[in-house]
Amino acid sequence: MSALLIADFLAWMPAWLLMQTAALLVVTPLLSGPIALILSRGRLAWIWAVVISLATFALTLILYAQVLEHGSVQYAFGDWAPPLGITYNIDALNMLILLIVAGMGVLSVFYGLPSVLKEIAPRDQAPFFAAFLLCLTGLLGVTITGDAFNVFVFLEISSISTYILIAMGGKQDRRALTASFSYLVLGTIGATFFVIGIGLLYMATGTLNMADITAQLHLRGDDRVVRAAFAFIVIGLGLKTAMFPLHTWLPNAYAYSPTVVGAFLASTATKVAFYAMVRFTLGVFLPDSPFNHAFLGFVLTPMAVAAMIICSVQALYQTDLRKLLAYSSVAQLGYMLLGLSIGTAAGVSAGLLHLFNHALLKGGLFMGLGIFALTYGVRQVQDLRGLGKTMPVTAAAFTVCGLSLIGAPFFAGFVSKYYLITAALEHGWWWAVIAILASSVLAIFYVGRMLEAMYLHPAPKTKGRSKKARTTKAPVLAIAPLVVLAVANIWFFFDASLPKGLADAAAMALLGGGAP
Amino acid sequence: MILTAGLGVILILGLGGPARRKKKNITAKATTGKVLGSHHVVLRVVSKLMIPIIIVYGAYVQFHGDFGPGGGFQAGLIIASAIILYALIFGVDAAKEAVPPSLVRLGAALGVLIYGGVGVINLLLGGNFLSYNTLNPAHPTHGQELGIMFVEIGVLVTVASVMLIIFYGFTSRHPDISDKDW
Repeated sequence: MSALLIADFLAWMPAWLLMQTAALLVVTPLLSGPIALILSRGRLAWIWAVVISLATFALTLILYAQVLEHGSVQYAFGDWAPPLGITYNIDALNMLILLIVAGMGVLSVFYGLPSVLKEIAPRDQAPFFAAFLLCLTGLLGVTITGDAFNVFVFLEISSISTYILIAMGGKQDRRALTASFSYLVLGTIGATFFVIGIGLLYMATGTLNMADITAQLHLRGDDRVVRAAFAFIVIGLGLKTAMFPLHTWLPNAYAYSPTVVGAFLASTATKVAFYAMVRFTLGVFLPDSPFNHAFLGFVLTPMAVAAMIICSVQALYQTDLRKLLAYSSVAQLGYMLLGLSIGTAAGVSAGLLHLFNHALLKGGLFMGLGIFALTYGVRQVQDLRGLGKTMPVTAAAFTVCGLSLIGAPFFAGFVSKYYLITAALEHGWWWAVIAILASSVLAIFYVGRMLEAMYLHPAPKTKGRSKKARTTKAPVLAIAPLVVLAVANIWFFFDASLPKGLADAAAMALLGGGAP
Repeated sequence: MILTAGLGVILILGLGGPARRKKKNITAKATTGKVLGSHHVVLRVVSKLMIPIIIVYGAYVQFHGDFGPGGGFQAGLIIASAIILYALIFGVDAAKEAVPPSLVRLGAALGVLIYGGVGVINLLLGGNFLSYNTLNPAHPTHGQELGIMFVEIGVLVTVASVMLIIFYGFTSRHPDISDKDW
């Protein structure tokens, strides 16, 4: 996209829309959630959700054009000037996440209809879409806002709607209820820690505006209140991000939720929490303060490496497919955390790039599994046998995403791992490179297990299954988003300029020119 | 002021969310079915007297919120508690006849819409989202007051409805809305 084209595009848009994009981006899904509840018919609510998610995505693109043009966009709610009122502040860092969340929102809604019609009772379908839209609101809100307390508000909106969405899997599998409950307990503890941290920060600085907090911290320097605030915020966000020892809620939550929820959350929820972690450690707290260095070096790095290795091994031993992918998600979060803990601009940029790619590929994998589950009731690794022949398109797209997860060349996952390894080498962390490679080898095994079952084993010849094969066809509506994601996984190998440009700009802005 | 409004948003949505789920996963124990409290004459008479007063007091707290402690959240709780008292004394079924669950559900959504709708009106009037000054350009302070009043009404409607949703959800064994009603 050339700069001229963007300028033309912006000139063509009405001025009021450009002024209000940031607010509309959050307000649209927020207000359409209750409307979906009133609509009260599953399909009607779905159409509404499609319209809204498309509108949200369009608004995100307009915002993206503005960010490309101006570097960053500010919005003051109620015309209250920044340190007093709530402001939205959009730069390269949020923009990257906004694109992922809004994009995955659209794909998940399209993908969602067959899944919802099958897995959720008719009278719960409209509230389901209402909760989905509220979840989207929360995730967008956390990402877009420049106000520390506002982050908490939206984090709670997204978390509470997430608990509901996960619990909706209860019709299929009662274990979804306990999974949702344990996530609720841990998520609430995380939110409590986070808000205590915000409170301490407010006590230390007297402001809730992120930019203003940073300015005040520059004046105030380092003291015990600020350190306590840092610790509380990092632990709170660590729980939400599923940072390694705090990840126990994640596998069950992803495994027993409705398939569409699994796909949506796997590609957005932890990513948004990771964004908040990056924003707070490097953007709000001073990145060169001693406690921040100590945290990144001595706490985050071992956690990240442990996640990469241990959770990959755990993934290897799973028989339940979605649990396998969930453990792999925690391992992949380790990559992102490693990128953050390297602490250089190159490292942070690589972490963010991996976040982008991982959202694409894990969303695709969960969607693929969802389609298999919808048509053949696939739950276990061995159930995949023979699907490479019976469902070639879905299997091919699934394979693309799987190879991307391994980090095979010609797929997006390769690019981010390459940059991550480069960043680690530049920093002199050769052992991190070994960990990345070891974790990738483990990924080859656990992805390989699925692909082997899919392609190399014949479909078991049972009567019920072959009958099912004729009657159940994968819905096009579900396959299309998966194919889009698979294509994106290939596309972003050859042209990673979009996420790479944003990630680089974000890392530069956070770390000021790339000095370690 | 905006910050308090933001706080309202969490509380509304924080409560609005789980309530919806509870409506779906109702596993509460069966209600006894018979008309409760038929022999508690004192309770019935006193609560009949008290319920209108409680509701009026709720309205007082609502509008007093402009000048002192009070506001939509507290008022919503008070009004909801009046209806819950009615349900405790005269039975849930009677309360459901007076305030049907479908209405409550509509109210929960409507309140959020009122709340956000005020902000959208500001957008249409050419201001930023939530800039209540635009409601009365001649007197910006009056505009602010008007805006907050509408927001508080939205909060009232949602909080009262959500309280009742939670109460109905826990007290009814059967689904609130049968499939035929859709």
